[in-house]
Amino acid sequence: MSALSLFYAALFYFATAVLVIGLGIKIRQYSRVPAPLKIALTPAPITPAGVPWRLAREVVFFESLFRASKWTWLFGWMFHAALVAVLLRHLRYFQEPVWSVVSLSQSLGAYAGFAMVVGLAGLWARRFIVDRVRYISTPSDHLMLALLIAIGLSGLTMRFVLHTDIIAVKVFMLGLMRLSVQPLPADPLLLLHLSLVALLMIIFPISKLLHAPGLFFSPTRNMSDNPRESRHIASWAAPLEK
Amino acid sequence: MATASFETPRLKEYPVIPLVKAGATSHLKPFVANETIQKNLGFPGELVEGWQEKAIAKMGELLGKYRSLQVYMDACVHCGACSDKCHYFLGTQDPKNMPVARQDLLRKVYRRYFTFAGKYFPWLVGAADLTREVLDEWYSYYHQCSECRRCSVFCPYGIDTAEVTMAAREIMDSVGMGMKYSNEIIGKVHRIGNNLGIPEPALEDTLLGLEEDVKDDTGVDVKFPLNVKGAEVLLVTPSADFFSEPHVDSLIGYAKVFHAAGISWTLSSYASEAANFGLFIGSYEQMRKVALRIREAALELGVKRIVVGECGHAWRVAYNFWNTLAGIGAGANDPFAIQLQQQLDQRYKQPMHICEFTHDLIQRGVLQFDKEKNDDRIITFHDSCNVARASRMGDEAGGQFTIPRDIIKAVANNFHDMAPETICDSTFCCGGGGGLLTDDLLEIRVKGALPRMEALNQVVQEHQVNFMACICAICKAQFTKVLPQYGFDMGMVGGVHQLVSKAIRLGNKSPD
Repeated sequence: MSALSLFYAALFYFATAVLVIGLGIKIRQYSRVPAPLKIALTPAPITPAGVPWRLAREVVFFESLFRASKWTWLFGWMFHAALVAVLLRHLRYFQEPVWSVVSLSQSLGAYAGFAMVVGLAGLWARRFIVDRVRYISTPSDHLMLALLIAIGLSGLTMRFVLHTDIIAVKVFMLGLMRLSVQPLPADPLLLLHLSLVALLMIIFPISKLLHAPGLFFSPTRNMSDNPRESRHIASWAAPLEK
Repeated sequence: MATASFETPRLKEYPVIPLVKAGATSHLKPFVANETIQKNLGFPGELVEGWQEKAIAKMGELLGKYRSLQVYMDACVHCGACSDKCHYFLGTQDPKNMPVARQDLLRKVYRRYFTFAGKYFPWLVGAADLTREVLDEWYSYYHQCSECRRCSVFCPYGIDTAEVTMAAREIMDSVGMGMKYSNEIIGKVHRIGNNLGIPEPALEDTLLGLEEDVKDDTGVDVKFPLNVKGAEVLLVTPSADFFSEPHVDSLIGYAKVFHAAGISWTLSSYASEAANFGLFIGSYEQMRKVALRIREAALELGVKRIVVGECGHAWRVAYNFWNTLAGIGAGANDPFAIQLQQQLDQRYKQPMHICEFTHDLIQRGVLQFDKEKNDDRIITFHDSCNVARASRMGDEAGGQFTIPRDIIKAVANNFHDMAPETICDSTFCCGGGGGLLTDDLLEIRVKGALPRMEALNQVVQEHQVNFMACICAICKAQFTKVLPQYGFDMGMVGGVHQLVSKAIRLGNKSPD
């Protein structure tokens, strides 16, 4: 058990805790704050059953973004879709035996890595080329894209150029899941990739990545349009009638 | 007039997304409400001592009361999908009129005081202290938003800048920095019953005058009843309908529809205002207080149905919020709401829009029209933002688009829609909504109207459109003021029921 392996084990336990607990706190907050008024953006589903379809169209197709800006949609959707494929491929490090869908996604996931970086690069380029987007971009906006691109590039380099000992990486990850610290290869590219991923996990609940759970709590998208048929009243408003 | 001079933007053949011009409208702001106006609403009379801490505390309170505010403060990723969608940005080029940037004026303070990153790394995430400069910036730019929700259509997460604007105005009101126009009007509703301050005797006189006018014009005794107990329908309409042109022509249209259908109805001097400016200032309490007047009038007069006249934000409030605020609707099981629910006729939707009412009568063959009476008009329809993006009519989603258009097509022969990306849920705000319909904000009103004017210009050129119908009192007032600035005739704008009034057959009328 080298100091390096211990350090990265501790880092991942910490990052996982921050991610899970942090997201848990925020999701709990979003679910507990009331939505006192019916503010669905119309046209909207007229029954609660229609809401999951609306949200699904947003999550799967990025419907509103498509209407807003085809270029932003192209790069944004490409990045997210590729990310899903890449994450699916990465499940191989955390399962034994792996699910069949994971083994089937191996070649797709590898090339999705390129699509992911191209999507991110397009999004980053916009932050320089389009004056409106340049105006609103903070340092954290640029750094977030840099972080994701660095994760993508370091991963692609390991996959296609400078191979790392992926068997040992899987042993390390499975070990973490079973609370046993196994040796981690001291490959600089691997360590960079893992450090950046841990950083991403840590900043997730304190950054704009909260858009991921946030969408599901957005009242303009998750409320049904039936205010005349059903009386909607918040717990803090009901006492006003007494 | 006290306003500084400004240049009306030129109409372009094709809409163009402008480059940003920082500070273009930073000089704009509405008159601040005086102590009397503020105190009438229970707000501090002027900027209070310790306003900074109080404002931050108020923000914290609102973050715990409104999910929309909390989620929208966190969810924005600065993608810029909204950045070219706001009519005020398109008309002024001021980057703080981009919805994302407008939200950031509040978000930067939210981050500073309520988030980890903002507290410890403010420079990284664009967090900022709440200084006097920032407060003044809020006062300026949160009164350059008409709360039209167009940005929310295009945001991947549905972030609604209107919710942020309402919160900002609520915070400012709570520390004594209120807007004269909206706050004064709300005070008038509490004192007199309507936005224009028309007291009951004046209202009665106006209605009698209208009865005479309609009799002279048609030979028919069309009534405009006031405070009639036991009438079937209580009509609640914007007070501008009693007083302004072209609004009054729609009021005449409603009266003719009731007459032709043989349905008894009444207006109420207590509930003589459909509009609810409590919405604009983001105050639940004020909005509720105004809405309760309708409940009380309905209970007092014993009506069976409540119908709302042509008013945009009034319909938003009536359709979405009256059930919540005043128990007007269905589907409740608490004593407060059941009281009125049991009185109203639940075979009909409560409340109902006058367009739903008229459309239903048309579909059942109750009303007849001489469409050729509107042949001098080539008509287009402007979807008002609160109707389009914050309400519904009829039984299906999107009925708020089809029902008014179906009425127009039933009473007139010539109709052309404007470009698809400027109508229905992508409609451009008239530029005067959300509490901005005041001359101290004329510059932003005129510039904000640019996208709608360009869309109108296109159908004027292509189809010789000479009439733009709409169903909102604010739109009608805004357009009559702004159309001439762009070279159009102010008589081009009118109501849907104005067209109905022209063509409707009233039965026993004198021969032409």
